[in-house]
Order: sequence, then C-alpha cells, then structure tokens
Amino acid sequence: LSIRPVLSDPEKQRGRSAAVAIAALVIAAGIPLWWKTTETYRAWLPAARISELEALQLELRVEVEVVFARGTLSPEQQKKVPASRITYESCCKSKSLCLVEADHALHTLTETSCGSVVIYIIPEASALLPQDMRVYVGRSRTALLRSQVASVVGAGLPEVLAALDPQMEQVLQTMSFNHQDVTAALTDRLRPGLSTRDSLADSMRAFKSSPGYEITFSLLNPDPKHHQLHWDVEAALDAYIYPLLHKMAPVANFSVDSQILYYAVLGVNPRYDASASAYTLSADSLAHVINPVEARLGSNAASSNPVLNFLLYVPDSLHSPLIIRNDQKQEVASNAFHSPRWGGIMVYNVDGAYGNDTQFPVDIAIDMSRVMGVFLSQLRLMLGFQQTGAPPGFVLEAAGREGVAEWELDRLLWSRSVENVATASASITSLAQLLDQIANIVINDNIAQQVASAVTALQAAVAELEAGNLALALEHSREAISASERAFFDPSLLHLLYFPDDQKFAIYIPLFLPMCVPILLSLLKIFREVQQHRAEKRAKRD
Amino acid sequence: MPTLTLASARSPFRDEFAEELAIRPLHSGDIHASFQFRTVWGVDLLQATDPRFLRYAILPREIVCTENLTPWKKLLPCGSKAGLAVLLKSEKLFHSSYFSQAVHIRPVCQGMHCTVPSWEMRQTLNVVFDLYTSGQGKREWSMFKIKIYVDVTDSPQGELFELSPPTPLLSQAVVLGDRRTYSVYDLTDPGTFGKVRSLNLLVRWKADNGDMLRPLLHGERYVAGFGLQTGEIHTLIYNNHPYRAFPVLLLETVPWYLRLYIHTLTVTSKNRENKPSYIHYQPSKDRLRPHLLEMLVQLPPNSVTEVTVQFERALLKWTEYPPDPNHGFYVGSSVLSALVPSLVAMDTNITQEHPLFSSFFLCKEESSYFMRVYTEPLLVNLPTPDFSMPYNVICLTCTVVAVGYGSFYNLLTRTFQVEEPSQSLAKRLANVIRRWRGVPQL
Repeated sequence: LSIRPVLSDPEKQRGRSAAVAIAALVIAAGIPLWWKTTETYRAWLPAARISELEALQLELRVEVEVVFARGTLSPEQQKKVPASRITYESCCKSKSLCLVEADHALHTLTETSCGSVVIYIIPEASALLPQDMRVYVGRSRTALLRSQVASVVGAGLPEVLAALDPQMEQVLQTMSFNHQDVTAALTDRLRPGLSTRDSLADSMRAFKSSPGYEITFSLLNPDPKHHQLHWDVEAALDAYIYPLLHKMAPVANFSVDSQILYYAVLGVNPRYDASASAYTLSADSLAHVINPVEARLGSNAASSNPVLNFLLYVPDSLHSPLIIRNDQKQEVASNAFHSPRWGGIMVYNVDGAYGNDTQFPVDIAIDMSRVMGVFLSQLRLMLGFQQTGAPPGFVLEAAGREGVAEWELDRLLWSRSVENVATASASITSLAQLLDQIANIVINDNIAQQVASAVTALQAAVAELEAGNLALALEHSREAISASERAFFDPSLLHLLYFPDDQKFAIYIPLFLPMCVPILLSLLKIFREVQQHRAEKRAKRD
Repeated sequence: MPTLTLASARSPFRDEFAEELAIRPLHSGDIHASFQFRTVWGVDLLQATDPRFLRYAILPREIVCTENLTPWKKLLPCGSKAGLAVLLKSEKLFHSSYFSQAVHIRPVCQGMHCTVPSWEMRQTLNVVFDLYTSGQGKREWSMFKIKIYVDVTDSPQGELFELSPPTPLLSQAVVLGDRRTYSVYDLTDPGTFGKVRSLNLLVRWKADNGDMLRPLLHGERYVAGFGLQTGEIHTLIYNNHPYRAFPVLLLETVPWYLRLYIHTLTVTSKNRENKPSYIHYQPSKDRLRPHLLEMLVQLPPNSVTEVTVQFERALLKWTEYPPDPNHGFYVGSSVLSALVPSLVAMDTNITQEHPLFSSFFLCKEESSYFMRVYTEPLLVNLPTPDFSMPYNVICLTCTVVAVGYGSFYNLLTRTFQVEEPSQSLAKRLANVIRRWRGVPQL
C-alpha cells in the first residue's frame, strides 16, 4: 500500500497566493485595459442643454407703437401720453388726400424694425377712412384704427388703452400672428386636431422651410407644327418675380430657370362641352394632369432644394379653347390651378389669334403680364403667404410692385422662425436620444461641434423671439436648422453602427476563454477549501 | 422639321436647332450611321469661363446603355417625338458592333465679329450596324423617313452597292481630310418623296471586294508582362500617311496604384529611338492623385511608334478593394490629339453652309485638320490578399497565447507533493505469488 503523506502547508499557501495574485492582476489591470482600448470614440455632447430643449417654451413678443392723433384724447389724457414729435395733422386735413398717400407719408415718419407694428388711432369723425371701414392696414407695418373712445370722459389713460385693447388685438392678429398660425407652424410637433381646417390646408400647401428653393418656369407647346410661341420670360421675371425674391432674401436662397418643352401633352383628354363650345377639364381630372409632364421637367441634380414648377400650357389646335371648371362646375377666371407643394399650371388659349385659313405655323406672342400675375399669386401661396381672411371692417392694402407688403413678410417670418426652431429642436433631441441609446455609434469632434452650435443658435433664436427682434431670430433659427441637419445626416455616424454580436464573440472567445477558465477554477477550488477548513474548525470547537 | 428658330427679344441672335444623318455603307456590309444634332442659344449662358482651369475625368468601368440614351434624347428640343430622334430605338441601337454618343457644349461665335458669344450644344451618335446581328443576313439595308447624306464615294458608278431611290442631288464635302461624295436626300423638299409620305432608303450590295482606306492616325494600348508584381504598358501609335510626318500629343492618366517607373520610358519608331520634343510629367501621390504624363511625339511617315513604360503594382489596404477584387482594376484610355495633314485641300470659309458632320472642328488651315483619338481602357490585376487572414490570425495568436499562458499558470499555481511511488505491476504480481508461497514479500 502506498501512503500519501499530508501536504506541506507552505506549499499549498504558495499555490493559493499565486492563483489569487494572478486573478487580482487580471481583474485590476486587464479588464480596465481591455475596456479602454476597445471603446468607441464619443465626443462630449451638451446633454443637459439638449434635454432642456425638449420642454421648450416659446414666447413671441411684438413691439407695438400706438400713436394717438389729435382729437382722440381729451387734454388730461394727452398729458399722460409721452409727447410725440409727429406732426401729421397737416397731411390729413385735406379731404381729397387718398389713403395710400397718407399711409406713405406716415411710413416715412417713423422707422419700423422688422416685426414691429405701429397703430395710429384716428378720431371717429375723421374723413380719412370711409364710413364702414374701421381699420386700414397699409403696405408697410402701419395700421389706421378708427377709435370709438372719444366719448369716454374723465377716464384715465389705462382705461382708454383697455378699451382699445380688443380692437388692437384684432389688428395684431391680422398683421403679425395668431394662434392658428403658430399651431400651423408647429404641426410637426403637435398632435393633430389642434389646428383648424383652413390653417391645416394653408400649412399643407406651402413648402416646408428650407434654406433654398428652385423655381422653374416651363412653356409647354404640344403642337409646334401649328403654333410657334414666343415668350419674353426674362423681362417678365425681372418685372414681376425678382422683386419678390429680393425681398425674400433673408428667408431663403432662390434660383430661377426657364425652359420650353415641345410635344408635351397633358395626361387627360379634355371633353368637349357644347354649351360653352370649348373643351373642359373638370376639377377631379386635374390630379392626373401632372404625372406624364413631370418626367420631362427635369431639375437641378446638384442641389437638394425643393423645386417649384410653374407650367404654361398652350393647348393644341385640335383642343382649343380649353377651360378649367372647378367643383361647382363654374369656369375658373384665371384658367389656372395649383398643386400643393409642387407648383401651378395655367392654360393659355390662343384660338382667338388666328382664323381657319392662316398659314401654319402661326407666330404667337404670349401676354406675359397676364401669365405672371397668375404665377405670382400662386408663388405667394406656395411660399407661405396665406390668403388672409380679413375680419369685417378691415381693409388690407394690396401689395405694390414688390408683390408683398412688409407686414405680410413679417407674418411669414414669424411662422418660419417658429417652424425652424421647432424642427431644429426636434432634430437635436432625436439625435441625442439616438446617440444615447446606441452605444456603438462613433461621435466625432465635428458632430459635437455642430450640435453645440445648433443648441447655441437655438437658444439665441428663442431669446431673440422673446425680445421681439424678428430679423435676428430668423437668422439664428436658420443657422440652427442648418447645423442640426448637418449633424443629423453626417455619414460618419454609421461607421461602426452595425457590428454583429456573433463577430464580437468570435474575436473574444479564443483569447479570453482559455485565460479565464483556469483562473475561475482555481478561485473556486480555493473557495471550497476555505469553506471546508472553516467547517472543520467549527466541528473541532464543538 | 429640320430647324426650329425662336426669337428672343434680348439678343439679336436667334436660337437655332439643326439635325442631320450621314450614312456610310462599308465594304464588309456594315452600315455606319452618324446622327448629329446642334442647338445654339443666342445668349451667354456662363458669364465667366476661365480657360486656364481644365478638368479631365474618365470613368473607364462604365458601359453605355439605354439608361444613358434616354436622358440624352431628352436634351433634344422635341425629345424622341419628332425629327431624326424618332429613329433612335434602343433595341436596334444596342444590337450593333459599335456605339458611341457624345454631348459637346462650347461657346461659339456667331458671325465674323464675335461680339456676343453664343453657346452651342452638339449631340452626336455614331453607330455601326452589323450585317448579321441586325437579324437580316441579306446584304440589304433600308431605313425610312431631314437631310440624309449617303456616302457614295466608294461606288461612283454603282459597282459596290446600289442605292435606291436614286437622287440627282450630289454634294461633295471634305471629311477628315478626305474628299467624299454624298447623295443628299433633303426631307424638307417634298419632291424627295413624291406622293408617298415616307422615304424608303434601300442599299443593296453588289460586290464583295474592295478595301477601305485606313485612317491616318490610330492607336492601340495593351499591358505586357507576367505575374502580379510588375508589368509594362505599351501604346502603339500608327501613322498611315504615305509621306508626311506630324506631331501628336499623347496624354496618359494612370492611377496611383500602378507605380510607373518613368526612367524606363522609351519611345521607338521604326526600331530607332524617337526622343519626344516635350514631356510633362506629374508624379502621383498615393490615394490623392494619379500619374499625369503628356508627351509631344513626332511620328515619322508610314510608321508605328511604340511608347513603353514599366510599372509596379501596389498592394492596397484591406478596405480599399472593391467587392470583386479579382475582376481587376481599370485604367482609363490615353488620348492622342493631333493636327493631321489632309490629303486634299479643305475649305476654311466658315460662313458657307456645311453639313454638320464635317464642321465640328473649325479648320483654320487648309492643309490639316484636328483629330482626337482614344485608345482602349486597360484591365489590370492587382495582387489580392486573402481576405480570411484576419480571422486566421486571431485564431492562431489566441491559441498560442492561451497555450503559453496556460502552461505558465500551471507552473505558478501547481502544488508539489511528495508521494511514494506505487509498485509496478510486475512486482505486485510477484508479491501475490510470494504470499501464496509463504515467502517474505519484496
């Protein structure tokens, strides 16, 4: 028989301490080293400020200057009002002075900044406004309000202002913004159902805010054998469209081009209507008109800006004249229609220009003023200038040479700024959430910088909106949107996004499994021995 | 209609459009058809063009197919609805031996004084219809339905082929230095097609022989050598003029992964060294720009000039290989540009009416014309790594590390005990026998 001697204790101790030392070294030094060398580079993002953006409260402030004309206030009330250096009585004395000239004279007296409104209160008996007109809104941020508080005697200034409040609020809602406008601009972020049907239609018709737009004017000639068309589009653009686009320069960049397409037919066959002795396109067939033409229109391949197409269609001699009928089966006066977020189409009939026996092809010059008038109004709708339904008693001055009044532009700027702020904050918060959830995405320094600048610009825009500086607010909001888009769509975010788990295991297991198994087993053995030893000690004591 | 004129109130020059088709029956029975479309705008489209900035780009891997033909047709004013473009059907065009389409945009002068530049866009389409692939097999070709020019130089009396319907209109034009005679069918003249409203052009070949005049300048290029380390690019330039020598400008753009050894550049003509009169070489930078080599070589008459340069193939980084690395890498074609002396005197009067196909390059001199020839692209194999190696390396190193570490760990933590050696089997057996015998044990 062989006798197994008892293990010498120092030997066992040495073994145990070696195992524990190795395990300690692996855990203390190995694991942190492995963790550090395999982590993805993630630059720091201002997470606290981004989470603030989620609960953003927008406050919009309009600067209003109220000027009381002579005769609206009693002398005691006049003393309370700060002295004004405007002396306008002279221009309004003569009856024959028309409203427009008065408005122009008033405009030259005060300097109005973007977003502010000046309201002139004129006495009730003034002959400047016709009888049924209460408010006149001029071309440039001024409004004339016929006051009805002259009879209040003994009331202090605050009461006068309080009495004027509802009327002034109405004026401001027409000239600056109202609840519907703001909710329409925020439709992306708000639950549906909060906006009215009209404002929803308006918001769906206009293009979303974008740093640039491309406008294309096309002349469609399906019948070059009979009609030889001439259109002086460059001069027409200079006269009608470019003034509007220059005015809108702070909002976006525009690029305009024009083309002529031959043998371009509409997608529907118009039906002949004997009662009107013309071919008609009914309102429900208009939706099918655009598709076959769209393939030939073309666009700029180098930019991702949205395109507005304006088509002028001259029907061929077989289908002339062509009229468009609306839902109520009535002729549309302008013979044109527009498609939301796409553009407009106008049908120009030339059958009156020649008789039956003329020599074909006939030279026809297109009357660009008529055409451009229609296109300009469609362009205004597409860009976001709403068809304001003026409240009763209001008269809105028609826009002048530039096609848009200053206050209309201000309205657009208000809704654009709000829309930009909403979109930019939505992008930034969703980007931050995405980066948080997926630990695999590499965040480079330039993305962190873009996000930081977007957040800064957003906060600046909100501050400017609160202060009432509309132009600065718009600029900051545009900056915020471009920075947030650039950060969101950066291609470097996807670099390590998809790293399948089985590949990770395939790389780690051949190394770590053989290393860790002996360590674990010896640790288990040591643990069991210690437990056994303790159990023996307890048994000895008892 | 052949021309469409549109007046623009701004400019006194009008916008114009012209189109033409030139047909040349070849000796082998193939038909070469060349469509030319020219649009001129009477306005200055790009106000500032600095001719010092030249960009050259080439996509050698791309092939031309219907996807390229469709947007090309859309550039024409009437698209494919009217005019000669109606004949451009992609099933017929791509069943051909040779197909080439081009768009050229450049500023041109209108009139002698050149006060306002106008812009011209030329679209050309050249196609060689193969006799057999066009499915007919008979030596007959017809097309119907502009001005159509048919080249009858090779068969003045009708020996090679017969053209019907016959036309009395003959015109001569000088194309590429060669005076050729054309039968012209003018589609705007109603007398051309008589009562029937279509023109059926029929070419019937009679004879089988005859050879063609070779072009005065053409080039070839190929890669020589073996293995995946080195190679040689050979460019052959043929000058078939019987007695005139002329210079040719050779432009080669070779990607950076073929590292050219410019000290091995040799130019030989007729087995003698031919030193180029001008060499411009811009070395490549890895992953930034390719080699640019431009040389002005004088070609002796009736000779072949060979330009050779050796190169070494680079090993790319693992992630730079395309999805099918063993297909090879494309090298773009080299460009030969020359003023080729013409065999006949040419007309330099620009105001006279010329057919479009002969007036693309403006001739300033009577005795030579400009020509640009492209050689074939090359397909070169680069040494391809074994893409499974990273996994193999991981497995191997991890195994070695694990085995080494295991042994090391074992040595450190093993406890040694002294043990009595147990008796061997033989001794145990002997002890059993001794017990039985009653003898003391071992």
